[in-house]
Amino acid sequence: MTIDLTDTTTGAIHDALRQARLRLGGVASGMVLTLVIVTNEGEQYDAVRAASAAGRQHPCRILVVIIRRPEQRSRLDAEIRVGETSPGETVLLRMYGPLGQHADSVVAPLLLPDTPVVIWWPDTVPPIPSQDPIGALAQRRITDAAAAGSPRDALARLASGYQPGDTDLSWTRATPWRSLLAATMDQPSGDVTGGTVSAEAGNPTADLIAAWISHAYGVGVVAEPSAGPGVTEVCFTTSDGEIVITRPDGRVAHLRRPGQPERRVALHRRETTELLEEELRRLDPDEIYAEALAQFQTAHHSQ
Amino acid sequence: MSAVNPLRDPRDRRIPRVAGPCVLVLFGVTGDLSRKKLMPAVYDLANRGLLPPGFSLVGFARRDWENEDFAQVTHDAVKEHARTPFNDTVWQQLAEGIRFVPGEFADDAAFDRLAQTVAKLDTERGTGGNYAFYLSVPPKFFPDVVAQLKRSGLSSSPVGQDGHRPWRRVVIEKPFGHDLASARQLNEIVNSVFGSDSVFRIDHYLGKETVQNILALRFANTLYEPIWNRGYVDHVQITMAEDIGIGGRAGYYDGIGAARDVIQNHLMQLLALTAMEEPVSFDAASLRAEKEKILSAVRLPENLATGTARGQYAAGWQGGVEVPGFLEEDGIAPDSHTETYAAIKVGVDTRRWAGVPFYLRTGKRLPRRMTEIALIFQRAPHLPFNATDTKELGHNALVIRVQPDEGVTVRFGSKVPGSAMEVRDVNMDFAYGESFTENSPEAYERLLLDVLIGDPPLFPQNQEVELSWEVLDPVEHFWAEHGKPDQYVAGSTGPASADALMARDGRAWRRL
Repeated sequence: MTIDLTDTTTGAIHDALRQARLRLGGVASGMVLTLVIVTNEGEQYDAVRAASAAGRQHPCRILVVIIRRPEQRSRLDAEIRVGETSPGETVLLRMYGPLGQHADSVVAPLLLPDTPVVIWWPDTVPPIPSQDPIGALAQRRITDAAAAGSPRDALARLASGYQPGDTDLSWTRATPWRSLLAATMDQPSGDVTGGTVSAEAGNPTADLIAAWISHAYGVGVVAEPSAGPGVTEVCFTTSDGEIVITRPDGRVAHLRRPGQPERRVALHRRETTELLEEELRRLDPDEIYAEALAQFQTAHHSQ
Repeated sequence: MSAVNPLRDPRDRRIPRVAGPCVLVLFGVTGDLSRKKLMPAVYDLANRGLLPPGFSLVGFARRDWENEDFAQVTHDAVKEHARTPFNDTVWQQLAEGIRFVPGEFADDAAFDRLAQTVAKLDTERGTGGNYAFYLSVPPKFFPDVVAQLKRSGLSSSPVGQDGHRPWRRVVIEKPFGHDLASARQLNEIVNSVFGSDSVFRIDHYLGKETVQNILALRFANTLYEPIWNRGYVDHVQITMAEDIGIGGRAGYYDGIGAARDVIQNHLMQLLALTAMEEPVSFDAASLRAEKEKILSAVRLPENLATGTARGQYAAGWQGGVEVPGFLEEDGIAPDSHTETYAAIKVGVDTRRWAGVPFYLRTGKRLPRRMTEIALIFQRAPHLPFNATDTKELGHNALVIRVQPDEGVTVRFGSKVPGSAMEVRDVNMDFAYGESFTENSPEAYERLLLDVLIGDPPLFPQNQEVELSWEVLDPVEHFWAEHGKPDQYVAGSTGPASADALMARDGRAWRRL
């Protein structure tokens, strides 16, 4: 059911949520986390859809913060959805006027007790996520550098403001690649002396993969532009020759290594829902991301 | 494995462990298990990106099939039974590595063809000479298959050019013998060709996930361990109930029975996990050491007539359907003494458990399907209430639900709202499925991945299997010589003799 509350308060939202739960027979008993999405009216539909799908198997409370019309008088409108698209609860919070500057005062009372808080900015990258008023309420702060105008600059900013608990979807997108690369290097191979990562221009995932390899091996790794889609090739230069993984079509990867037949494996680009699912799986600080980000920053500055 | 891979960092928990290049050889591809569980599990692993590039699947069976026919069978099985959505790209990659070798287990030429097929896969697809053999065939064929693997040279691996020895692993399914002697014989056959670390025994009732859940509950918390002993626990009930009958498994089931089918492996493993001491670490060897200690401390009651019970389901109504009795099932002799229900009381002779009985029961055609471990606690030594206030208060209990709805229930007393003081039992419930943003993998997926990665098996090795038979053999001997199973109506909770077993101790079974 959907409940619309205009010019309301968090107390009234609480009451409405409890009433709805009682009427539906206590659906939302086992909610595992609160997901706060900070977005705008234009983007909220896609973001809420992806989050609801990610929360389908396991209920969570989704709070959507939408800031509108700063020039008007302060007003809070709430749209509560319970028992529809996802098993949890979704509350769209529209904040008008000066209230928009104090969104944390609305979000804080609505967080579920005793469970983690995750915040996601699907379409903006805050300067320092952990110092954002709402970001400060969360254990896990998810940004997406790919959504910024200049992804590289956004990554550099995230690197200088990094705090444990920060994470970025461009790093999440790297997981299938990193998994394949790690599996490839499980096999005996020569000493790695360098490498390249090719991707369509301005792809922050490629930058992070390059930084990750560079940090792990202590060698220089170059990011090179290609036609895409996404990341198209990773090449290791080793003392035994080149180990190359190419993925020209965004679907199937081809692995070539010296003296062995070419092997193929499916390597898909993933939907936002899958990325979110991966992010929600573990909520502890991602130290590997921190190291890759720091490595990227070092390389970025020296350019 | 060779030198450390810098891209693998134990702190990096996004990257899953992926199997290295290898071939999975499946014997018994025409069976139900292969189609419903194994083939879908292989696909699900591929779809999750957990199989290596070039992974190949070879089927072996007495069928006049080409590679394409086997690929089609696999395709249909995957489409019907896989848990992850069907993706054509993933399937195409998998299908390229599918081969089929027709033949019988006695046929030397067929196994030579098999050896050629896998060798060719090594050169064509770079599978690196690593082979896993899955024997999804009845145990009577094990000697043949194992001998053939040895004769054709498939079971031995020469050191490769890079100084690296490829691996060989073998997976076998329960039953692991039908008594101590046959279990030993089976172990000898398999171990004559494969080292004990290369043998993976799967008990499909007991996924690794369940084992690890129980270990986490017991040893990751401070809450339970202090009361996990004879000072607090009155008794333990371990139950595996099935609502189905023997179905089409008459050939297998007749002469085996509930105790050999379920108690020997499944319930004894659950008992070991419940009763064992804390292992010094969670590696396979430490865990096995603790489980073996407990299994060697399990004692049967002196009088097996009063300490055990068995039954056969009779015709009746089960879940709204009229069903035949066991003796009327196709393929069962009308005078069969095979039991479909078995209950045993055992003790565990350790300081922690002295005097605490463990009641194990299993049966078919019971009211519902469920597996659980229930620790029933002693009553409080003193209750500062009127006797009438606590009339409805039972024993506190901690129940580990293994299936369905894997989770934990705690049962304790609570005040009933109102002006009178009245205490009644309530439940506090936790379900794994509700509290994590992750789906637990299917048992076969995890097992296959463990086999291909070479993770030392959490599943029982020779010693554990033999210890469980040592416990069960005297019961089977006693049953063989004394009387026959009692009848119980299908859909009821078991024979009256099982209830009497509990009643003699002043206890009762938990409701099914």
